Amino acid sequence: MSRWSTSRRPGVLAKVVAVATASLLALGACAPAKKKATAPPPSKGTTPASCISKDKVHLTKAAVLTVATDAPAFEPWFKKNDPTNGKGFESAVAYAVANELGFVRSKVTWVKESFNNSYAPGPKNFDFDINQISITPKRAEKVDFSDGYYSAAQAVIVIKGSKYASARSFADLKGATVGAQVGTTSLAAAQDQIKSDQQVQIYDDTSAATQALKNGQLDALVVDLPTAFYITAAEMGGKGVIAGQFQPTSGQTEQFGMLFEKGNPLVGCVNLALADLKKNGALHQIQQKWLSSDVNIPVLH
Amino acid sequence: MIASVSTIVLFGALVTGIVASPGWPTVRADFFDWGDAKAAFPDIASGFLVNVEMFMVAEPLILLLALSVAVVRVGRSPFLFPLRVLAVVYTDFFRGVPTLLVVYLTVFGIPALELQGVTNNKIVLGVTALTLSYGAYVAEVFRAGMESIHPSQRSAARSLGLSHGQSLRYVVIPQAVRRVVPPLLNDFVSLQKDTALLASVGVVESLRQANQIGLTKFVYTPYLVTAAFFLSLTIPLARLTDWLGRRTTVRQSAQGAT
Repeated sequence: MSRWSTSRRPGVLAKVVAVATASLLALGACAPAKKKATAPPPSKGTTPASCISKDKVHLTKAAVLTVATDAPAFEPWFKKNDPTNGKGFESAVAYAVANELGFVRSKVTWVKESFNNSYAPGPKNFDFDINQISITPKRAEKVDFSDGYYSAAQAVIVIKGSKYASARSFADLKGATVGAQVGTTSLAAAQDQIKSDQQVQIYDDTSAATQALKNGQLDALVVDLPTAFYITAAEMGGKGVIAGQFQPTSGQTEQFGMLFEKGNPLVGCVNLALADLKKNGALHQIQQKWLSSDVNIPVLH
Repeated sequence: MIASVSTIVLFGALVTGIVASPGWPTVRADFFDWGDAKAAFPDIASGFLVNVEMFMVAEPLILLLALSVAVVRVGRSPFLFPLRVLAVVYTDFFRGVPTLLVVYLTVFGIPALELQGVTNNKIVLGVTALTLSYGAYVAEVFRAGMESIHPSQRSAARSLGLSHGQSLRYVVIPQAVRRVVPPLLNDFVSLQKDTALLASVGVVESLRQANQIGLTKFVYTPYLVTAAFFLSLTIPLARLTDWLGRRTTVRQSAQGAT
């Protein structure tokens, strides 16, 4: 009985093998051709509004600009976790860029894309992702970035009245347990610039890190300055205070850029739009409107 | 012979199918880059030690908690009825709630109560959360084991003058534990992987290290390095489980023959 069943099994397996092989061959035959690695710049004399039609840029969804960001969308970059309301810095920037490219409000759709997934190889389901993503040369090997639309100073949040509340330098934070969000410039800054002798703690997002700070599981939290203003004002209930701000030194000037699939020619169009927004002062106005001014925060060294 | 040929053909077809696909160079660069793997290795290894630490501490605690809960549940004394209710509520609740939620509630919730003298150490609280969650599963494994012991065993023990406690201790539990070793190992493997859940509350373990390195370079290779670390423990354990299972079967059929 058992002999019979073992001698029978290869027959079934052989069928499986045949089917698998055939389907794999079929898969290989109909798979799409590989995309080119670098995006060509827009042709000469192109305006942002004519860029997409003139250069025949392929959009994720025809005639609509599909913009991605993470969920939840944090303040002050977005308002009320709703990127479609045009409120908050990045929502406003995205709509301003869309407007330059000739998309009216109703022709902009938003999709959710986590930071972890944003760089996955293969076709993307968005035209660009705007999610406080810092441009770095390493990352630019895998995706394309627009020009920077904001350069973020970093800030250290501490608990009011704690041992580290009066920290005025990185040396003052020597024994502190410092935390930051995974994959951020803030984390790199915490590890490479603050250099506390305690291991830097890593969190999924700023709300988890803020909770840890409130619980005393962290002594200090590093986030970008606009986020620090929001956290101390809205999430810490008066318990937190910004000890100081500093410029990250890892890499060159740290800038937030929009993320594109590698080789997407839309980058060129968006860069034209950003250049216009910088020239006519609109980008500066959006920043004034949604991000707090940083003049009163001492600088850490 | 036929088996090995067909195995080679199948896996050969799978591998060529994947490697020949047009997206393969990108996938290889993002998922299988040897340089990235080597660069990530030290950080992930040090993170993995944290995983090992956590499950090695959690497992004995889980077994202890689970066995106690199971003993309470199979007990019949009316005096212990409230404890039995508690045990039932405990297993129902913690088996029904996602482990990640238990982790959040314990590691972020307990310190937020601002109780005097309660630790806010993430690893201690995190291991507590895993113990609570897995204790419920493992308690049911133990209970199933105890209930699978034929009632005649217990009757025989009682007729020899052993008390209820003694018959559990000397007759039921030893047989039950032997019977449930494979499912216990199964839960142990599962626990090893779930230590990675503690990354979400700030424990810097291997998955978090992979996550961090991956986000810095926009690659996924570090995740595979972490996977390799976990597999290096779970595969031998799985084989051990298989072997123990087979041994039990053989022994039981031998018992049947006598």
